[in-house]
Amino acid sequence: MQTSQAFRENAVRAIADDELRAALDKVRQGFGGARRQAAVDRLPEFEALRDAARDIKNHAIAFLDIYLERFEQRVVESGGVVHWCETPGEARDLVLRLCKEVDARTVTKGKTMIAEEIGLNPFLESHGIAPIETDLGEYIIQLADEPPSHIIAPAIHKTKDQVADLFHEHHQQYGKTQRLDDPGKLVDEARQVLRRKYIEADVGITGANFLVAETGSTVIVTNEGNGDLTQTLPKRHIVLATPEKIVPTLEDATTLLRVLARSATGQEFSVYTTFSTGPRRPDDLDGPEGFHVIILDNGRSRLVGSPFQDMLRCIKCGTCLFHCPVYASIGGHAYGSVYQGPMGAVLTPNLIGLPTTRHLPNASSLCGRCEAVCPVRIPIPRMLRHLREKGLGERLVPLRERWAVAAWAWIAQRPRVYRLWARFLVGVLRTIAGRSGRVRRLPLSRGWTGGRDFPAPQGETFMDLWRRAGRGKT
Amino acid sequence: MSARDAILGRIRGNLGRDGTGESTADERLARHQVGPRPKRTELSHPDQVDLFSTMAEEVDATVARVRNLGEVPEAVVEYLIAHNLPARLVVAPDGRLDDVPWESKPTLEVHRGVADETDAVSVTPAFAGIAETGTVMATSGKGTPTTLNFLPETHVIVLREREVVGTYEDGWRRLREQAAASGRAGTMPRTVNFITGPSRTADIAMTLYLGAHGPRRLHIILVGDDDG
Repeated sequence: MQTSQAFRENAVRAIADDELRAALDKVRQGFGGARRQAAVDRLPEFEALRDAARDIKNHAIAFLDIYLERFEQRVVESGGVVHWCETPGEARDLVLRLCKEVDARTVTKGKTMIAEEIGLNPFLESHGIAPIETDLGEYIIQLADEPPSHIIAPAIHKTKDQVADLFHEHHQQYGKTQRLDDPGKLVDEARQVLRRKYIEADVGITGANFLVAETGSTVIVTNEGNGDLTQTLPKRHIVLATPEKIVPTLEDATTLLRVLARSATGQEFSVYTTFSTGPRRPDDLDGPEGFHVIILDNGRSRLVGSPFQDMLRCIKCGTCLFHCPVYASIGGHAYGSVYQGPMGAVLTPNLIGLPTTRHLPNASSLCGRCEAVCPVRIPIPRMLRHLREKGLGERLVPLRERWAVAAWAWIAQRPRVYRLWARFLVGVLRTIAGRSGRVRRLPLSRGWTGGRDFPAPQGETFMDLWRRAGRGKT
Repeated sequence: MSARDAILGRIRGNLGRDGTGESTADERLARHQVGPRPKRTELSHPDQVDLFSTMAEEVDATVARVRNLGEVPEAVVEYLIAHNLPARLVVAPDGRLDDVPWESKPTLEVHRGVADETDAVSVTPAFAGIAETGTVMATSGKGTPTTLNFLPETHVIVLREREVVGTYEDGWRRLREQAAASGRAGTMPRTVNFITGPSRTADIAMTLYLGAHGPRRLHIILVGDDDG
């Protein structure tokens, strides 16, 4: 499923896809800023909360080893088990073992990006265990056999008609033979189909938005209630998490929750926020008998102390995707990875290496909206630039691009040459453009002129203007 | 070396930890430091109750206010009739609901216990109401199975006005106090649910729809403290 190396081809295909464009236009209208802004405007404390959220995550990472140990200790005290995995392979094998221990045939899943990251569904299927996604968006893309296109809204690229076709095709086996057209009826049908699955499942797998060191609790946030049915009804609850999800206390989790929902969906609070601690207690009437937390590293501990440490603050709200002009044009699949948009362009190369992902940091105009809205103030543009430099330094970039950058660097470091060169270029472009003031075709710049004209410079160079205004010393 | 030791060792090495830091972290854990809290919750208690009610209605919950537990059955019946729902309830087997005189409404069929697929309407108590966002805080326990909050299509919550607090942090403080008072200091129930309105999804074509997997209707009966 990892197709980041084909980012350019993916993006070209995405831009030509009319149904995708229609879906993305709806996203832009719905989430592209207005909803978040409305929620933010209602809370004068929002900017102070962002600072506090950033500080909590920074503190948690600065003491990550200790807080992880405290978390583990508390989980064990409450009757649960913590497992540690270095690689996706280890995590898959472990989940399989935990399922087999209770003779699981079917497994329900709440939305977990870690399961996507480790490719859990195909692996379980190949071992005779049926994984059933319960988040409606994840369920839709499971039926479509596609990866998610947004970290919080996985089926956002699907139109209503596409969903109607999928349900019509896959729900016949449950005696639902009529093709439905109304979104509400489609939701109802999915509710009925999944209801039985919750009750039949032997194991429920969820992710975690936060791990609380103080209490050994795992936290999930949903609007549907699917995560709660998933983790309450089966015999065993497995939580898939990563080390940087740690926060010290319940109060710290609370501060982060205040910025999470507002950033993600523009809600004041998600419908269901659930803190789970250990398995059911002896006098409880329901709940899982087993509680297993898997902490998968998959390269994250390497980011500690690196120039990319700030990325570990990410709470996966997805608002940087909603605000990114590149994401809005190409959607999530073009990124060819589990994590899309600005956060994905930083995280994916760090998790699986730059050689197959080097296009992702370039899929940005560095406009800075992502950083401007990030609830934990991650300097995403800075890290994208850093990754671009790294790609250049590691010679992952084709020779011609490297040569162009080297030539630019040489000129830019020599003010006299730079000014002469700029004056020369301005003259040439104005001559080519003629009276129209626009250049229709430029050598080496087909990427630009293939889609639009290049506006010719209208006057002199900035330095010439500056000097004529009597401000420069030269 | 185990994966655990490798991961923790790498983090420790990259942080340059020299064996110190434990006391800083433990002190931080014990302090329960609170962050910025919305000023809108800094109200008298009656105003907090009003804020709770307003915020809950904003997220599509419905709120009915009664004077005491004695009036709860009447409020439930009215709600069931208004929404054309069956007069059959599964009620949490919790002490806080023991004094509700269900027998005053003989048409109601009440059973107490866990919910199964056939239960359409559940009635549960709450641990707290959070005025900040109209959120109900519910804890699992021997009288409060979690499935009552999620399986039935309609969830009725009986919330005492004295259980309404300003912020989530106030809820945590009460939970810690209660644990300490019952000899379980420092422990958590298996599940703490924060419920803000009925279940919803916008996963099909960005159209918001209530009742995805959890309850389609959330009705909160706010009970006054006039038990005299």
